[in-house]
Parts: sequence; C-alpha cells; structure tokens
Amino acid sequence: MENKPRLIQGNRAVAEGAIAAGVNFFAGYPITPSTEIAEILAELLPKNGGKFIQMEDEIAGMAATIGASLTGKKAFTASSGPGISLKQENVGYAQITETPCVIVNVQRLGPSTGGPTLPSQGDIMQARWGSHGDGPIITLCPISVPECFSMTITAVNLSEKFRTPVYLMLDEVVGHMRERIVIPNKEDIEIVDRKRTDKKPGEYKPYAVEEGSKVPDFADFGQGYKWHVTGLIHDETGFPSNSTKEVKKLLDRLMTKFDDHLDEIIMYEELEIEDAETVIVAYGSVARSAISAVKRLREAGEKVGVFIPKTIWPFPEQRLREIAQGPCKRIISAEMNYGQLSLEIERIVVKYVDFDTALKSNGLIITPEELMDKVRGGNIL
Amino acid sequence: MKKELQHLFRMNKLPHIWCPGCGNGIVLRTIGQAIHESGIDIDRTVIVSGIGCSSRSTGYMNFDTVHTTHGRALAFATGIKISEPDLNVFVITGDGDATAIGGNHFIHAARRNIDLNVILFNNNIYGMTGGQYSPMTPQGDLATTSPYGNVENNFDIPKLAIAAGATYVGRSTTYHDKLLVSVIKEGIKNKGFSLTEAITMCPVSYGRKNKYGDGADMIVWQKENSVNIKAAEKLGADKVKGKYIIGELYNQSKPEYNDLYNNIISRLQREGGYC
Repeated sequence: MENKPRLIQGNRAVAEGAIAAGVNFFAGYPITPSTEIAEILAELLPKNGGKFIQMEDEIAGMAATIGASLTGKKAFTASSGPGISLKQENVGYAQITETPCVIVNVQRLGPSTGGPTLPSQGDIMQARWGSHGDGPIITLCPISVPECFSMTITAVNLSEKFRTPVYLMLDEVVGHMRERIVIPNKEDIEIVDRKRTDKKPGEYKPYAVEEGSKVPDFADFGQGYKWHVTGLIHDETGFPSNSTKEVKKLLDRLMTKFDDHLDEIIMYEELEIEDAETVIVAYGSVARSAISAVKRLREAGEKVGVFIPKTIWPFPEQRLREIAQGPCKRIISAEMNYGQLSLEIERIVVKYVDFDTALKSNGLIITPEELMDKVRGGNIL
Repeated sequence: MKKELQHLFRMNKLPHIWCPGCGNGIVLRTIGQAIHESGIDIDRTVIVSGIGCSSRSTGYMNFDTVHTTHGRALAFATGIKISEPDLNVFVITGDGDATAIGGNHFIHAARRNIDLNVILFNNNIYGMTGGQYSPMTPQGDLATTSPYGNVENNFDIPKLAIAAGATYVGRSTTYHDKLLVSVIKEGIKNKGFSLTEAITMCPVSYGRKNKYGDGADMIVWQKENSVNIKAAEKLGADKVKGKYIIGELYNQSKPEYNDLYNNIISRLQREGGYC
C-alpha cells in the first residue's frame, strides 16, 4: 500500500532519506540553512538505534563522521558554506583513506559568512576541488523534495559502493522548500553496503584491489584485522610510502576510480531536448525555473529545452556533448553564482554551439521570466 | 623488546623513525606494557593519533590504528567510540597536536567524559617540523620561531584536563617509566576521559638549541625536576614550585557519555522507537 502524501521540507526529506538509507551515525554542527537536518536526525537516529552527536566544531563533525565509518557505520554530516570550508581538511582525509561518508551542503551565499539565509550555488567548484590536492568526489544536486529523499539514499549507496566521500548539494531554496512527497515503502528502497573483505586477518591488504576493480574491500574496525589508516600516501598494505611509483599507483587509482562506472553514477533529466534550438543547462532550484520557462516558451512555439545534471561531479559530459552536437544551436548555462559550472559546460559545448550564461548571485532565485527573457535575447538578469 | 610485548607491535615496521636520544620510544613501550598488563582484548582496541612525532606511534602498534589529521585525533576517536562503544579507544597525541591545533577537541572530549584513554607526549616543541615553539615550550626558551626566547605562557595540561571535565588525570616522565605504566593502566581502568601526560625529551630539535645536553642529560633533568604527588603533599607548595608533579593527579567517577546516551536509546526502544 502506498504511503500517504506528506508536505515536508527538503531538509527533512534529507534526514528521513538518511534513515531510509541505513545511516546510523551523524556528527555535525549547527549552521543556517542546514540546521534542520541535524535537528531532525538528533530526534530520529536514537529512535532507530543510531547515534547523533553535536561536535565542538565543523572540523570535528567531519572527523567523527569518518571515525564512525571506520567501524562500519553509515556516517553522515550536514553543513553550509562556512562549515564546509572548515570540513575540507578531513574531506581530503576521507578521499585518500577511501572512507565512505556523505556530506550535505545546503548552500548559502558566500564568500565567508556571506548571506546565511540567501540561496546560492557558489560551492559547486569547492565540492570538486575544495580540499587540497587531487582527489575523487561524487556530487549530487536534487531539485525537489522527493529528490532530496531519493538522492540522499543514492548518495549513501554511492559512498558505500565506491568507498568515497559524496556531497549532496542542496541550495537554500531546495533545503527550505516544502513540497508533496510520498515516501516509498522500505522494501522498495535499494540499499548498498560497502564490500567487506572475505580474507582472513593476516592475509588482508587494506588497499589491494581485485583485477578489474578500483575499490578495495573493507574490514570494519574491531574485527581483528589490525589495519592502519593514514592520510599519508600509502601502498596497498596501508602503510606510508615515499616511493614515487606508489604515489602514482595510488593517485592514478583514486582519480580513475569512477571511470568505468559512470553509468551507475551519472544522473540527469532532460525536457524538450529533441528538437530544441536553445538548451538551458540548470541544476538545483534554478532547474525548476528553467522547466517552467521551457514549458511557457514551448506554449509560445519556441524550440527550447532544458538539461538538468543531477550528478554534478563527475559531470555528465558525454550526454551534454551529444546534445551540443544535435540540432541545438545555443546552450545557456544558468546558475546562482558568477559562472562556476558554466566554465565546465563551456569547455564541453563551445566547439559545437553558441554558449551563453544566465547568472545571478544577489541572494534571489533566478525566475522563469528572467530565463525566458534570456532565451529571447534580452538582458534583464 | 620483551617477548611478551612483541605481539602488540608491528615488529617489521621497527626500528622507529625518531631521532637518537628521543624519549618517544620509551613512552611507546610503556603504552604497550600498560595494555599488556591490563589484559584488554587487543582485537577490540583501536589506537588513534594526530600528526607529529608522537603521532607516528600508531604505525608501529599492532592494532586497528588511525593516523589522522593534525590535532583531530580526539574528534576521530570520538566518532569511533560513540559508534562502537565496546571498543577500547586510545589516543596518542603530542603537545602541539593536543594543546595548540587540537586544543578545542581536547577540552571538549574531556568535557564529555567520553571513555577515551589519551596519552599526550609532551616534548615541549614541534619536533617533526624542526623545532618551532609549542604551547608547552617554556617561557624564555629558544625555538626556531622564538629566536629571541619564547614570550608565551604554557598550559598546565593536567589542570586544563581536570578543569574541562576529565575524570582521570596522571603524569609521569620517561625517567619514571614504571610510574608511567601504572598511570596509563589506571587511566585504562577509568570509565571516562583519561589523560596521561608523558613528559618526554627532544634533544635534537629542542635540547640542542637550549644547551640542555643529549637525551641522557635530559632524562636526568626529568628525574631532578619531578616530584611524586605523595612526596609533594608533604613538602608543601613552595618546595615543589617549578617542578613537575607526577603520579595520579585526579581520579573521580562521573557518568560516562556513552552510558548516558545508550540509556536514552534503550528507553526510546522500550517505548517502541522505530519511526
């Protein structure tokens, strides 16, 4: 039987999605506009046998999340810009140690304290390159409350499957928006657990991968494997190595970890693309305005479509290139920042189509009218 | 190394990387001795460290070990202990790691009285980076970043831990290694936040610059400048001024974080919790 529809906030859908995904640990710190996620999980986790802790700062929230994951728990944290900046040190640690965890960023306007209650998409490049060095990351961007629920589960599953930190990037509008949602039944939700080693202690090499795989098997702490976790460059035994051969081996594996699995990771949605001469590329709350704009322009007979990447990193490069090589003559990248993802989009499509941007970063959402105006050659943005 | 301790160490990773005369090897051995004598299940024991000379210890210890980021060992350890309270969790840290960059985590882990056994190696300097002053470098002493003498005050680490809420606090030196073993052992027994300050020496990056001699000279200095708390009580405050007071400095029973939280979880589940 289908559950009753409810009217809930994006942040609540994330928290309930975490519980549905089997998350049993949250460590974080209060910050607008993500606080509700912590508040709701403080209530729900202990009722479901999990643990919640409010740490002394954002750095500690990320550290405790990774610590919990090392014991085999599904670990989760949530924050916003200033807090995400503080977490970066340990996001890199999760990358190099390949510790599964999910970080929710309900984006607010930056830089610095910026606009705590103002929506923004200014952290999209930070999600990719925020921690120092080259490291793998998956980043997902829901556009609705039901997607906040379902993509939280996807984020947890991907973090487990690929042993990687995953960002779930909301913006303030998506986080605080209330929308109708029907929560699926438990048996209809796919849950992925990280692969545990079948080796015995003593035979286990924590960072060795099987032929054809780039993800090492995991051993929960406390099971007698006695393995070593370090943020230093390490070889397959897990111990530090200064060998340039080992440096390359580790980083090559990390940086190509997702390459053979893009179809499992990359999600996007498209509307009215087939014969569209102009395609808007938009994500998060801006995608909602883009959908509305496209519907209205189509009613007026204009050949416009929208491409909505739901996975931002790795970016759905192949599909967007195909679109650019089709009937499309012009691609407009719309986002609430000064053109962060636009750089990536421009790189992909500029050889094939005219490229333009619809950018706004004043703490207000981009409206359907503004996008319609942009498509029609105006410049009210 | 004693045969009975060898299974606690990754013998193939030794000898260690520490400099000649460094006291860290002594502290590391006393931790092994204390764990051995406590009889705790080593398969159910996790050792977490931060960054710095002392924090390299985890690489040599035959447990589930985590060499974390600078100053953050206690925050990682908190996540481990809360998610799996049955694990014995140790934290190895240094004076820079725990009282400078990790100072906030230090006071808050103590405040929560979470059951962690912390061994803080205090060598009064940032050794790994080559001798910069730490919060524990004595005022007036030379370091590469205090070339005219350090103007800053020190923490009294045990007092800091006690004020923040630790329930067991002890201190010893690498000279008083037997006492160090017993202090760590008592910390293991305590169900709550336990801190052992282990006074160690860094002849290469600290002693040399200040003309304190080699490792042997510095360990003699430890002997001459430490007073056991029992003796100190008889001598009176004036006679022990400027000396390290060693031994068990504080031992108080107080509800432990996980016990309190687990009580709540049990209550919720009795009430039919699942949402």
